[in-house]
Amino acid sequence: MTNLQGIAASSGIAIAKVYRLEAPDLSYSKKDIEQPEQEIKRLHDALDVSKSELEKIKEHTKNSLGDEHAEIFSAHLLVLSDPELIKPIEDKIKAENVNAEAGLDETANMFIDMFKNMDNEYMRERAADIHDVTKRVMAHLLNVTFPDPALINEEVVIVADDLTPSDTAQLNKQYVKGFTTDIGGRTSHSAIMARSLEIPAVVGTKDVTSKAPKDSMIIVDGINGDVIIEPTEEQVNDYKQKQEDFEQKKKEWAKLKDEPTVTSEGDHVELAANIGTPQDVDGVLNNGGEGVGLYRTEFLYMGKSQLPTEEEQFDSYSTVLKQMGDKPVVVRTLDIGGDKELDYLDLPDEMNPFLGYRAIRLCLERDDIFRVQLRALLRASVHGNLKIMFPMIATLEEFRQAKAILDEEKEKLINEGKEVSETIEVGMMVEIPATAVIARQFAKEVDFFSIGTNDLIQYTMAADRMNERVSYLYQPYNPAILNLINNVIEAAHAEGKWAGMCGEMAGDEIAIPILLSLGLDEFSMSATSILPARTQIRTLSREDWISYKDELLSKGTSDEVVDFVKEKTQLR
Amino acid sequence: MVEKTFKITSSDGVHARPATVLVQNAGKYESEINLHYKEKAVNLKSIMGIMSLGIPAGAEVKITAEGSDEQEAVDHMASTMKNEGLGE
Repeated sequence: MTNLQGIAASSGIAIAKVYRLEAPDLSYSKKDIEQPEQEIKRLHDALDVSKSELEKIKEHTKNSLGDEHAEIFSAHLLVLSDPELIKPIEDKIKAENVNAEAGLDETANMFIDMFKNMDNEYMRERAADIHDVTKRVMAHLLNVTFPDPALINEEVVIVADDLTPSDTAQLNKQYVKGFTTDIGGRTSHSAIMARSLEIPAVVGTKDVTSKAPKDSMIIVDGINGDVIIEPTEEQVNDYKQKQEDFEQKKKEWAKLKDEPTVTSEGDHVELAANIGTPQDVDGVLNNGGEGVGLYRTEFLYMGKSQLPTEEEQFDSYSTVLKQMGDKPVVVRTLDIGGDKELDYLDLPDEMNPFLGYRAIRLCLERDDIFRVQLRALLRASVHGNLKIMFPMIATLEEFRQAKAILDEEKEKLINEGKEVSETIEVGMMVEIPATAVIARQFAKEVDFFSIGTNDLIQYTMAADRMNERVSYLYQPYNPAILNLINNVIEAAHAEGKWAGMCGEMAGDEIAIPILLSLGLDEFSMSATSILPARTQIRTLSREDWISYKDELLSKGTSDEVVDFVKEKTQLR
Repeated sequence: MVEKTFKITSSDGVHARPATVLVQNAGKYESEINLHYKEKAVNLKSIMGIMSLGIPAGAEVKITAEGSDEQEAVDHMASTMKNEGLGE
């Protein structure tokens, strides 16, 4: 038995066998062979198995993410049937009497180099596709398992160093009971995805991959952040009980699904959800979300080889708007660049990606990309209650410029005879301390603010949230943060505007009473946090909490704030 | 041999999605089908061959077919080009 402590990233308990998701060792030795026919047969067998796997992955992706995401696998399948790839491999095996591994690797590399050297970024991207598919064939030639989340067909817990967005997107909830990783935090991508898929997860365990052998039993406690490898029978029984208790609690929460979110005196606040794709909307509605407070549009742009067209974007936006009916949907325009790269944009590496060329900075310069998104949004606006916000605004000029481009596109659409809603609110994210400090000036021009706490905290504390050595500075309850948030909310209210929050903090048990105290209007969180938050807010008196406001804001440290909140809520 | 010339009207040129459909459809024929662009000709049954041409919007290309079903093949390629919004 081994115990590990990590970060509870998605609540729930999973008990199942370990499935290690890791890159296999694909090194091979080049050998002289005697019977080329036999090597060619091995090659074709490996190609056939790879093709049937890709067919399955394609099918799975189609069902879980839609046709569009599945298309890349059609192209991959064609590569594996490509006569121009296979013939040269066969020729090489015959002419040079080498094994299939060498034939495959050397031929594939020749193509990869050729594509890499083309003067077109899109073509260079194809090199990665060839690399991906040939890796799978190589794994079969070498008889090593090529792990694939989409091919899992028994109940497992995934153990990995980290999970990429596409790994997470391929997880089948029927079989994948939970996951645990070495790296990552509560706000890392895999954690956010786990919550939207409602799969229990513990991240940042540092060394689960070195401690959890393949096929051993493992318990992942996504409520407390514990991971137990090869548990005793007693522990398994304990956790089965905990699992049941958690299910029971979920049933209690579910009763509030169609109830309004009110404080103990009956004051209403709005609980909305953060989403990344149209597929997430079901989760929002099933968890009683009163709106979408943050629709991250990056997924439309990621994992593809080219920019999404206006039509593709229009489809996604209008699907979300239609499904949400008259409930508000706040769409954040493209927040890419920095750490979130798009290969086809060919952005240069930066020393400080979080302080660099990203989000609105990129969109204002590459307005060819920005305008397509705005047109798609404007056209979709007639299908629901759309609000648009710009990410990473630092100055009033940037907001004005972005707004002017939006107005231009609106005008153009109207001139083209297209219908556009007349009531779209246009707001901004508050993530950069500079904007929180002069929120009063911004409040005169925006329709709303949405505070993005993950970035606001790291910029205010000057601490990279992914760097474990300074992660102690990631302090959501630090009085500096609370005073900035207060400044934003007061500024909004002074101009008759509203203020929301779309960072992880909005769904946090300690933060919720503080935010009520500061007067926050809209709380946007992971869908699964909504019902617990609604349950908690019903026990809180807004009036009491407003009376604590001055005291909260004058605390000296994060711990003092937390102690105060715990004392008042008896969370101790 | 049957041949037909096309002008690429898709604003993205010949990109992965329509290329995939072209190759899938070309694979249904016995005939040898080639795609000619500038001085180069590639096998239309090869996705990598097509992609390697990097054909931009506005380009003139030629499709040739030779074999027992050459006419059907070229007709099908023409309708695919049109249906995929690639060119005509």
